[in-house]
Amino acid sequence: MNISTTLFDTGALPREGGAWTKVPVSASAPAKRQGVSVALEGLTKSFGTRTVLHDVKLELNAGEFVAVVGRSGCGKSTLLRAIAGLETAEQGSIAIGGGLGKIAASVRIMFQEARLLPWKSVLDNVAIGMPRSLNAAAATLATVGLADRADDWPAELSGGQRQRVALARALLHEPELLLLDEPLGALDALTRIEMQQLIESLWQARGFTAVLVTHDVQEAIALADRVVLIEDGRITLDLKVDLPRPRARGSVAFASLEQRLLGHILNHPPAAAIAAAA
Amino acid sequence: MTSAKAAPARPSAWTPWILPVLLIAGWQAASQLGLLSSRILPQPWAVAKAFWTLAASGELWVHLRTSLWRAISGFAIGAGLGLLLGLLTGSFRRAETLLDTTLQMVRNIPALALIPLVILWFGIDETAKLFLLAVGVFFPVYLNTFHGIRSADQGLIEMARSYGLSGWPLYRDVILPAALPSILVGVRFSLGLVWVLLIVAETISAQAGIGYMTMNAREFLQTDVVLVGILLYALLGKLADLLSRGMEKHFLRWNPAYR
Repeated sequence: MNISTTLFDTGALPREGGAWTKVPVSASAPAKRQGVSVALEGLTKSFGTRTVLHDVKLELNAGEFVAVVGRSGCGKSTLLRAIAGLETAEQGSIAIGGGLGKIAASVRIMFQEARLLPWKSVLDNVAIGMPRSLNAAAATLATVGLADRADDWPAELSGGQRQRVALARALLHEPELLLLDEPLGALDALTRIEMQQLIESLWQARGFTAVLVTHDVQEAIALADRVVLIEDGRITLDLKVDLPRPRARGSVAFASLEQRLLGHILNHPPAAAIAAAA
Repeated sequence: MTSAKAAPARPSAWTPWILPVLLIAGWQAASQLGLLSSRILPQPWAVAKAFWTLAASGELWVHLRTSLWRAISGFAIGAGLGLLLGLLTGSFRRAETLLDTTLQMVRNIPALALIPLVILWFGIDETAKLFLLAVGVFFPVYLNTFHGIRSADQGLIEMARSYGLSGWPLYRDVILPAALPSILVGVRFSLGLVWVLLIVAETISAQAGIGYMTMNAREFLQTDVVLVGILLYALLGKLADLLSRGMEKHFLRWNPAYR
């Protein structure tokens, strides 16, 4: 256990009510860079006797969009939860924004389920943790296109709308690092593409660092600057995605990258699968 | 909250009352045809007349007020303590280890089995009745509160913590509302139970109250007054149920199941 708990000043001051009421969602706007760099060093985590993460080393640049892919149970979600401070690693260090921090105020996570409080209105859900910034919450709700649902109960929304509320909730805190734990996994194909575009445009406008955990290789290539493959708790591939944005899924370069990544995953089946096949 | 949606089509508000009205009509008919002896079951009309006489003399209201007062104070003491201790043991492991075993042992003693002891302790005055009511009402509220707190969605709690909530705000905004449906189930159950216990408590020994009125009437073979008492309990029970439903509708309006 050598994770330092000192929290260096990384400029992560709360920026309530700043000039961000209507962030233009076009890529041409001058991006407000608010991302932080992240460095993981020798991260090891186990549940009982099962080691989920083996000595993981990963560096993210400020403002970078990194996708983490892998089969289910490979440890990718645990990695994300460790960065979020929801799991404590036995060994290794997590440095957010150059300083060794446990969980900074500017790190926000989006879960696979929206996890909205059903007894609070949509607007109050967005403002959770910041109950005094209802105006900013309403503005953020507008940027995800749900301004007119502010007074509704979460139960009245569709799955995609709920995830958009969860996205607005995370964005209200002006995160420097946004962690996405398969947030689109339960959505239908069309809603999923819409959400991907929304996340991409908000990321471009705001410039936070983003880590997306997904099992969808196409989603990873569509969104990320870099795709990291995790197999059995180890990083086995770190692939740079050098395609212009917005990315056309049908393009040759896209498809070849997708093939390459899929081939890599499928050629390295987990040890248990080999044993079962034999 | 304003909702633009139209209310779903409902059966008429009178539908639930069809069966009771038919029952009373059949009863009246059976008495008039001589199928029912008035010693066993007087005519509904006779019961209504007895009700009127009792109401006009003011006797009814005295008994009603006494019973209501007992029910409300007994419920307030028992349910209040149940809520408090349930919140305590549900929220703090240490309180659970300290208290829960004892409470579970006491829970398995039927409240009515305490009657002889209660009479020895408190005699036959008000305290004894309130004690019985409070003990009986305590456990449904306690158990459901405890269960509600413990079964609060861990995912929501984790989310709220990662968004900076802790301490009282976390409790107020996340844990307590998550436990509320379960707490209200306990309250509803207790409100039903309080009448059962009240009847027993008032028939043991009392100088006033609906139970006293019916026991007294039995000694003078006034079957109609006995029936007035029984029907009053039914009405009060229904009223308590309406009250708890109203609370559910208000506090759980976010939940589609309660709209």
